[in-house]
Amino acid sequence: MTGVPLTHILFVSTALFFIGMYGLFTRRNMITMLMSIELMLNSVNINFVAFNKYLFPDKLDGIFFTIFIITIAAAEAAVAIAIIINLYRSHQSIDVEDATEMKF
Amino acid sequence: MSNYAYILWIPLLPLATFLVLGLFGRKYFKTFSGTIGTASLLASAVLSIVAAYQYFFVDGKVNGVYEKIIAFKYTWLAFSPNVSIDMGIIIDPISVMMLVVVTFVSLMVHLFSLGYMKGEERFATYYAFLSLFTFSMLGLVLSSNIFQVYVFWELVGVSSFLLIGYYFDKPSAVAASKKAFIVTRFADLGFLIGILLLGFYAGTLDIGILIQKLTNAASPEFTGMATASFLGVSALTWALTLVFMGGAGKSAMFPLHIWLPDAMEGPTPVSALIHAATMVVAGVYLVARLFPVFSMDASALNVVMYTGAFSALLAAVIACTQTDIKRVLAYSTMSQIGYMMFALGVSKYGGENGLGYMASMFHLFTHAFFKSLLFLGAGAVIHMVHSNEMGDMGGLRKLMPITHIAFLIACLAIAGIPPFAGFFSKEEILTAAFHSNKMIYGVALFTSALTAFYMFRLYYSIFWAKEAHVHDHHGEGTLTMKLPLIILAICAVGAGLVPFSSLITSDGAALETHVDMIFSIAPVTLAVIAILIATAFYKTQNDKPAKAAAAFGGLYRAAQHKFYMDELYIFITKKIIFPLIGQPIAWVDRNIVDGFMNLLANTTAKISALIKGFQSGKVQNYALYFFGGVAALAVVFIYLWK
Amino acid sequence: MNLSLLIIIPLITALVILFCNGLKQVRAVALTGSVVQLLMSVFLLSTYWQERTAGNKLPMLFEYNTTWFKSLHINYHIGVDGISIAMILLTASVVVAGILVSWTMEKLNKEFFFLLVLLSMGAYGFFISLDLFTLFFFLEVAVIPKFLLIGIWGSGKKEYSAMKLALMLMAGSALVFVGLLGVYYQTNTFDIMQISQMHIPLETQKLFFPFAFIGFGIFAALFPFHTWVPDGHASAPTAASMFLAGISMKLGGYGCLRVATFLMPDAAHAYSWIIILLATIAIIYGAFATMMQTDLKYINAYSSVSHCGFVILGIGMMTQTSINGAVLQMVSHGLMTALFFAAIGMIYSRTHTRMVAQLGGLLKVMPFISTVFVIAGLCSLGLPGFSGFVAEMTVFMGSWQNPDTWYRLATILSCASIVVTAVYILRAAGKTVMGPITNNEYLGLADATWNEKLAAGILIIGIVLIGVAPFLINQLIGPGTENIMQQVGKVVTLK
Repeated sequence: MTGVPLTHILFVSTALFFIGMYGLFTRRNMITMLMSIELMLNSVNINFVAFNKYLFPDKLDGIFFTIFIITIAAAEAAVAIAIIINLYRSHQSIDVEDATEMKF
Repeated sequence: MSNYAYILWIPLLPLATFLVLGLFGRKYFKTFSGTIGTASLLASAVLSIVAAYQYFFVDGKVNGVYEKIIAFKYTWLAFSPNVSIDMGIIIDPISVMMLVVVTFVSLMVHLFSLGYMKGEERFATYYAFLSLFTFSMLGLVLSSNIFQVYVFWELVGVSSFLLIGYYFDKPSAVAASKKAFIVTRFADLGFLIGILLLGFYAGTLDIGILIQKLTNAASPEFTGMATASFLGVSALTWALTLVFMGGAGKSAMFPLHIWLPDAMEGPTPVSALIHAATMVVAGVYLVARLFPVFSMDASALNVVMYTGAFSALLAAVIACTQTDIKRVLAYSTMSQIGYMMFALGVSKYGGENGLGYMASMFHLFTHAFFKSLLFLGAGAVIHMVHSNEMGDMGGLRKLMPITHIAFLIACLAIAGIPPFAGFFSKEEILTAAFHSNKMIYGVALFTSALTAFYMFRLYYSIFWAKEAHVHDHHGEGTLTMKLPLIILAICAVGAGLVPFSSLITSDGAALETHVDMIFSIAPVTLAVIAILIATAFYKTQNDKPAKAAAAFGGLYRAAQHKFYMDELYIFITKKIIFPLIGQPIAWVDRNIVDGFMNLLANTTAKISALIKGFQSGKVQNYALYFFGGVAALAVVFIYLWK
Repeated sequence: MNLSLLIIIPLITALVILFCNGLKQVRAVALTGSVVQLLMSVFLLSTYWQERTAGNKLPMLFEYNTTWFKSLHINYHIGVDGISIAMILLTASVVVAGILVSWTMEKLNKEFFFLLVLLSMGAYGFFISLDLFTLFFFLEVAVIPKFLLIGIWGSGKKEYSAMKLALMLMAGSALVFVGLLGVYYQTNTFDIMQISQMHIPLETQKLFFPFAFIGFGIFAALFPFHTWVPDGHASAPTAASMFLAGISMKLGGYGCLRVATFLMPDAAHAYSWIIILLATIAIIYGAFATMMQTDLKYINAYSSVSHCGFVILGIGMMTQTSINGAVLQMVSHGLMTALFFAAIGMIYSRTHTRMVAQLGGLLKVMPFISTVFVIAGLCSLGLPGFSGFVAEMTVFMGSWQNPDTWYRLATILSCASIVVTAVYILRAAGKTVMGPITNNEYLGLADATWNEKLAAGILIIGIVLIGVAPFLINQLIGPGTENIMQQVGKVVTLK
């Protein structure tokens, strides 16, 4: 493991983050958007773990945060999917463009 | 002095009547209300006469001078330790005299109305208003505090308003009542400011203390008031002139007289009471009440004098051309009040110089009787003919003998023919004017002749001129209508014999006067000539009046149109105040002031409309703004934050 | 006596109303609650009187003080002096009359009476608060219901009016709040009595006085922030108009006096010429604007602008008499204008028009209502025997005591408004209740019902009582104004 420098890992996580962001902005399907959000969260997780390992190897704060985020992501996914299902029931669609009632 | 405490009942009885009749009259004693009102007023009148007797002949005189007595005083509304509105009762010669006049004439009118107003639907209301008026007028004459005068002054005004507008479904009556109220209200504004000035400089509103302070030329109050000036006129002159303005409004002096002729829209007995004998002399009374102060300021007295003389002349000229009998009487009232006013104006305070004051009060006293008699007589005539126009009358002397005789007596009295009441008081006025100002004397003499002329014009047009063509057979009216005429006629003959000069003078001390036979030749001769001319013109129908009118041409037309005063006022209100002040203000309020508020609201709405596009409802847009924001913050924090 | 009862009774009434069913129950509860409140106020008056005659010289009586929110120094501090008692009595009478006038309100009656009672609770709380924060709290309580009352039960362009009123009053509250915070950060307390003992530096006063004064001034129809008055009153249902003009405009006047002038007297002196200028403009301008109105409610609303100008004028002149007059004018105007609106409401509910030109001769068909209308009018034009005269004359006398020539001129101009008032009142009365009947349909209309008679009766009693025996109310408010004058300037004790 020592052979992999931090920057490589950061490249991966950054790539993952922007892939997620791209997905979030371009996809109209809410499930896909949710998945994109998961990607972004996980890129952050990678950052946390990596920084923890490389900068503060004797501490566990980064790991804790990662676990925390994973938990929240799970809860968030559950809530989001519940919203999406309800939306589907009322709108017969999970296209994000169809749910714009919240505008002004 | 507690032995005058019963005087409190004199105004309170009519007040109680007003409350009872006003609240319950319509429902419970519709037909009785007249009797109730008359009975309670009878009690007041008796008490007044008792009070007059007690004051003038028993205990009013101290060391040969009639004292001012404060019979009752209660602080009604305190402004500061010295300045307060007190409800009090002042007893002095003029207030006692007015007490008698008001209750007596009011009693006559109450009595007359029993027959005249019989069968009216709002009979109880009528009596309630009459009682309210009597209460207010009594309160006014008894006032010991100048603000108390104002309080009752306003109450008198509103009762007059209510009574003029008694026939409220007649638009002309409504218009007349409004006009009367608004014109007098305008005058009252002057009165109010005058009171404020007097109250401020004298540091009191109590009439007694006020007079005491302001008649002492060395007192700090007087010097303060005489030296303080505004627009080059001293505060004292301002205050007195403004107070006089209030008096001029109520007493229908030029140029505030325009309401009086229209006020004749009210029931005729009301005109007799309010617009002839009592309320309209309130202005004279007010000046008389403050006369010691007025006598300290020559310019204010001059204003009183010239206004009075001019009004007397103007009204007499107009009266010659009017055809509505009540209007003729109204203008004659104005003219006679002008007499009283200039009599005050030419007077000085104390002793022989106070002749004008005494004469003015004397004329007020006699005028009350013969003028209310004239009005009640006119009321009886109108009751018979159902018209106010001279043209519809004529030849009534056979149909209404009592009214005829009474009316004739009153006409002779007002024309100043001896030995009727008017002669004595008018002689005193003329004497006073003669000794003070020859021009005023000339005007007075001429007016006196005019008075005789138009009164007999009226008399002949009603009772002679042509054969009666009225076939209305309810006769001359009930006993209650005839009785007041008879009583008042007796008074119109006898009132002049009252030894007035020993009772009511400017300083309370008796004054020696004598009617100078030589002096009275001129006015009496002029009056007789005027009556003869009137006889020639109007006793039988002929074309002389028309020729005379044509000869006077423009003057006649102008007088007939009351010198276009009404038109002038209408021009000022309808063409200047409403469109040039009222409407612009209303417009500015809606469009500029409110427009500014609306503009603020609209601008806010427009701005929010502009930025509400960000709230697209699209989640992805929000995410984009979010990341954009984060990126922007990152840039700020990394590169710009030092 | 426990002053909190004055807040608790309306609160309970309001809550009970929510559990009622049907108009009959609702109005019975509302009336009972408000009558109990009126009796309480009278009882308060009598106990206050006893305390004072027993020689209690404290500025505030029946005080109760408890901490509400400690870290911000917010206390629940209540207490009354004569001025507040006069205001409470006014409020209680107007509330009873307002409920009686809405006796047959069909639409959403439960909500309607609930809001009315809630509004009155705000007013009571406001008048007894001695803590700036609770005062502000109750001020807000009294604002929101107005929006709903006009927006739901109103007539004409009610949404616009409700919105305008709510926004302008809210703006007023916001300004008030800034002023209060300014005072708070200077003194570190919200307690009115404590603040009055401290000296706030002139610069601070000058900075925050305008906020507080204009903020409360908006409530009291201070020119040029008066434009909510005509629209708000005209669109509101009868009872709401009565509350609006009778009570809530008084919140402003009371606030100007008790908060702005009392706590920041030096600034009040410094700015008095502006206050007087605005008040004079409001008086004259309001009167002339009234003259041109054709709708009865607009007439009364504009005349309120003019009459409330006297309140501001009295406060601005800052002599003891003029402040007395301002308080008297608040009470008087509250009763009188409520009566006027009640009469207009009664006429409107029968003829379905408020346009002066369409009405006429109503005295013949409804003598009672017409008489009430005329009485309200006569009170408005300052006839002796009614409260308006007493109040206006006290303001004039008080203003006149201020010897500055310009102030004198302002006083004279304000006096001149009595003529204009006479013109518009008589025009309205002359056309509406007098004259020939304009519409034959009016011939069949009924006169007032018992509830309307009672409502008018309560208000007329108040008006006449003050008008005939002003020395009573003068004694009531005298100590209160003396207390204020202690701050503002020279004090004179009246007998």
